[in-house]
Amino acid sequence: MLNSIISNAIYILIAVMFLVGIYGIITKNNLIKKLIAMNIMQVSVIFFFLTLGLKIDATIPIEMPGIINVDAYINPLPHALMLTAIVVSLSTTGVALSLMIRIGRFLNTIEEDEILRRMEE
Amino acid sequence: MKNIQIILLMMVFYIFLNAVGGLPIVGDVDSPAATHISPRYIEKSYKETGSKNFVTAVLADYRAYDTLGETVVIFTAGVATVLILKVFQKEK
Amino acid sequence: MNSQNQSIIIKTAFRYAIPFIFLYAIYVLTHGEYSPGGGFQAGGLMAIIVVLSRLVEGDKAQINISGNKAFILAGVGTFIYALVGWVTMAFGGNFLSYSFLPIDVADKYRHQWGILSIEIGVTICVMATIITIYDAITTKGEKDAE
Repeated sequence: MLNSIISNAIYILIAVMFLVGIYGIITKNNLIKKLIAMNIMQVSVIFFFLTLGLKIDATIPIEMPGIINVDAYINPLPHALMLTAIVVSLSTTGVALSLMIRIGRFLNTIEEDEILRRMEE
Repeated sequence: MKNIQIILLMMVFYIFLNAVGGLPIVGDVDSPAATHISPRYIEKSYKETGSKNFVTAVLADYRAYDTLGETVVIFTAGVATVLILKVFQKEK
Repeated sequence: MNSQNQSIIIKTAFRYAIPFIFLYAIYVLTHGEYSPGGGFQAGGLMAIIVVLSRLVEGDKAQINISGNKAFILAGVGTFIYALVGWVTMAFGGNFLSYSFLPIDVADKYRHQWGILSIEIGVTICVMATIITIYDAITTKGEKDAE
């Protein structure tokens, strides 16, 4: 039981990070704290894909002179796919910040319960 | 209200712990992600594309169309930000 | 940000960092095939130069790309990327198949030239988008207090 926890420790840490992100989105009132929690959740998903590409005793995916064995390089596919995911998270952060500025200038607040209260007036 | 949310999150965490048993072993050489097409990308990258960096060869040669889509996504994010904010500054 | 309130150390010292950042960005871009790097990382580094200059000096920055020009540059970067694809299609191949580029070298070097042109397009697009987002967020509107 302890052996299986230690060998799967990376997956458990990633699950904890994902749930911390979701907890922040659900519980917090300020919009900027929700945005930071969403960013934490995106980073945890990126880490999960990168751990699927690990190999034991392997080096970085750049061809070194003299190492020909395929099992000596880690899998390059998850890294290439996750570059797209990182850039998408930058884009959503930019658009979310611009929406927050617009809401803040219109209603003079960024707290969620205040926004819902002032919108009904 | 906050207690109900924490209890639900604990239940989701328990489901995740049960799912960890079905994932491949960390660092396995025979995992499904490392046996289908990525050996071909590693073996033939320098001969076919002239690039020693496998990640750049996958991103810019074998999957160049996906990188074009990603560049359009970045451009769209810039356009969306300008549309939301710049119109506001001309309101009188 | 008022430029009269910054300390004189920041106003003098940031100019010494800018040429090193620029040289490092070009190094990361052109060595994308031999070491970790590529177009996206170089675009982020190049955008940092203009953002740093605007953070220190505000609207009177001398190393500056205005918001409208950066917006046009973003479209130019994406167009360069698609232009490489259309050139290979016009000379007989599929979209973005580098073996059909019309330069007179061996096949392996055609792939290298194709990858370099694509990364240049991506760098220009990413740099211009980051500067556009920064400019749209921080320019003062008419309802902002001074």
